[in-house]
Amino acid sequence: MSRIFVHGLGTVSPASWGVAPLQAALTKGDFLPTQSVVRPGWEKPLCIRNVPPPETRPAFYAHPRLRRASDISLHTVAAALEALGGDVVPIQAGALRLGIVVCTMAGSVAYSRRFYEEVLREPSLASPQLFPETVFNAPASHLAAYLNTNGTGYTLVGDDGTFLQGLALATDWLLDNRADGVVVVGAEEMDWVVTEAIRLFQHDAIHSAGAGAIYLRKEKPPAACAELAGITDSFLFTQSQNRTEAARKMRVQLPPCGPDELLCVSAQPNPLAAAAENAAWHDWSGRRLATKSILGEGFTAASAWQCVAACNVIASGRFSAVNTSVVGANQQAIGARFLACAETG
Amino acid sequence: MLGLKILPKPQFEREVRLLFPRQKSPAQPNRVVVTGAGIVTALGLGCRLNAEGFRAGRPAFRPVTLFDVSRQRAKIAAEVELPPELPPTKLSANTARRLDRATRMLLHAAHEAWTQAGWEPAENLPVVLGTTSGEMALGEKFLQQAIVAPLQKKQQATRVMHYQVQQQGLNLCSAFGFQGPLTSISNACASGANAIGHAWEMLRQGRAEKVLTGGYDILCQLTFAGFDSLQALSTTPCRPFDAQRDGLTLGEGAAILTLETLDHAHKRGAEILGEIIGYGTATDTHHLTQPHPEGKAALTAMTAACASAKLLPGQIDYLNAHGTATPHNDASEAAAINRWAGDGAKDLRVSSTKSVSGHLLGAAGAAEAVVCLLALRGQWLPPQASITTPDPACRFKISGEPADAKIETALSNSFGFGGANATLIFRRWS
Repeated sequence: MSRIFVHGLGTVSPASWGVAPLQAALTKGDFLPTQSVVRPGWEKPLCIRNVPPPETRPAFYAHPRLRRASDISLHTVAAALEALGGDVVPIQAGALRLGIVVCTMAGSVAYSRRFYEEVLREPSLASPQLFPETVFNAPASHLAAYLNTNGTGYTLVGDDGTFLQGLALATDWLLDNRADGVVVVGAEEMDWVVTEAIRLFQHDAIHSAGAGAIYLRKEKPPAACAELAGITDSFLFTQSQNRTEAARKMRVQLPPCGPDELLCVSAQPNPLAAAAENAAWHDWSGRRLATKSILGEGFTAASAWQCVAACNVIASGRFSAVNTSVVGANQQAIGARFLACAETG
Repeated sequence: MLGLKILPKPQFEREVRLLFPRQKSPAQPNRVVVTGAGIVTALGLGCRLNAEGFRAGRPAFRPVTLFDVSRQRAKIAAEVELPPELPPTKLSANTARRLDRATRMLLHAAHEAWTQAGWEPAENLPVVLGTTSGEMALGEKFLQQAIVAPLQKKQQATRVMHYQVQQQGLNLCSAFGFQGPLTSISNACASGANAIGHAWEMLRQGRAEKVLTGGYDILCQLTFAGFDSLQALSTTPCRPFDAQRDGLTLGEGAAILTLETLDHAHKRGAEILGEIIGYGTATDTHHLTQPHPEGKAALTAMTAACASAKLLPGQIDYLNAHGTATPHNDASEAAAINRWAGDGAKDLRVSSTKSVSGHLLGAAGAAEAVVCLLALRGQWLPPQASITTPDPACRFKISGEPADAKIETALSNSFGFGGANATLIFRRWS
């Protein structure tokens, strides 16, 4: 059996751009500040946790494909480039075959909303510049263009758990020798349409946006890192299998916890989903981390932040193993296990 | 420094089914066969009606009735006439009554494939679907109400739930009594081909014994207006590879295949409809919507598919082109086919069946896979409708008239926005 190692992590989140501020926010444990977004037609604004502007303008913004790109594409590229680190150069030179998996739930919703508003006003005048950016795979396409790579790229659409499905897909490509490395990104963006949609299901949920990326390879990296030890099956929420049953089955597939292990839970704002996850892990005696309560409801970006946080605490030596549990918004329960894989002096 | 300890190997229970780590791959890749096929297009519901329509090259375009196109340049599409009744499913009457258009198409196609395959409901049956936008018509209704009546919430939560891509797949699983996993690939107009290709790889590498796969997409105003805004829609029925072509014509539909390993099919004595023998992908980074003029990524995808099928271009008997009928796409694909086929191009028979069914977007690759399988089984060439003056850039033969033919292998191209390129290769089962 081949092993799969985490070679890099990247995030864009309400904590800022990069893994370090994300980790600092999680370590501090305080709720991140919220902002207001105007919802046309409503007196009261909506409460969100948005991505703050980058401290310095990223160089990739100047790339021709990214000048007018949507926020979700910018988040995707930023997180992926941070995760890829020094491998960007050999990828751009064609010396390293990269697979790209981008996972999303809401997709490029801001441009979709703007374009459809134009269609409703006057379809013959709707902007041809907006429409191409509305397709789900635009972020993956922009990332491939920036990296000048023509390898396989898939965009997976689904709930929070889809990011873990993306990690599993990456392991397939690596083990089948279809790619030398695969970057998996979970990405979302902010728009009042999604914020309002979330509130229909959970009034006090706070919508957030951003991206998280994990770069996987088969070779063991030189520095301390995490190893992807396993991903459970994906247990769907169907007519014959409810959320609680799906969460229980996911829990059963993950190994029992050790005393020095962490459980990183999805902790959905929706009480039904949260109850299903709590029931599945009621006997967990170790420590828990609930990233969503600090960062907000970011769908696939949120599950990516979960996994990035898991890998980061392992790489930093604070925990030897982390179980990651995702009981998604409306599709599946799925879990992953990360282990420490290196000894450093 | 960190001083981490070396940990024991992962302690997963070996008997449980995990996405990773997986069981060891077979020494030789498994052969993958098709044991069921279902299709819904504007030609009708089911393989029989579609075989008749595609074999005759009978275009299915008509004025759009699903939404207002009075202020659009283009006014026709290949709309599906869906019957009010659903095939038998395990869904409650309440759920079935509320199903959206995309799910209804998906259920019709899946039921046909499922019945043909003779599969039983299974606890673990991977489902891999391709779509560009799921049930976007409900998303449009949500947004219309949010804008026009911002304080009114009636039906909004239902629209949010049911417009999402994963919901159609979940409905499918509930309808036939299986539990997934469900993978939804959205690679624009290559989605359906990518879904089938991904399912093929899962079976080949021993990660499953059977997979339900395919694609679906419905006509909706956002997409229609989007292609019209790009001036990519023709005001007349599309004319792929014609010198006078001026754009595509949209369609809608669903197509589903039941795939299984040859061993699994043999063990249960299943009738085999055809074999999938090759799959190739590539990303075209030239532009978000325009392919590279020389079709570099298309060439890479076709070459990779042939390599995986262990075939040379000269061994392909029929090529079902992506052939949208936009000036850029067809020129790029023609350049790629010319280079890929080389001197053999003059003997290669090519058609774009989008001239009959319209462009089914995320369902296109899956529907055209079914067309290839039907043609291989029936030994006929899918003719291309509406071609009068073939583009002189095409060095290959465009099949313009209905004809019987001896074909053993068929290749299908699917290319999409964002540079998603996918090629599938099928072989006749005899």
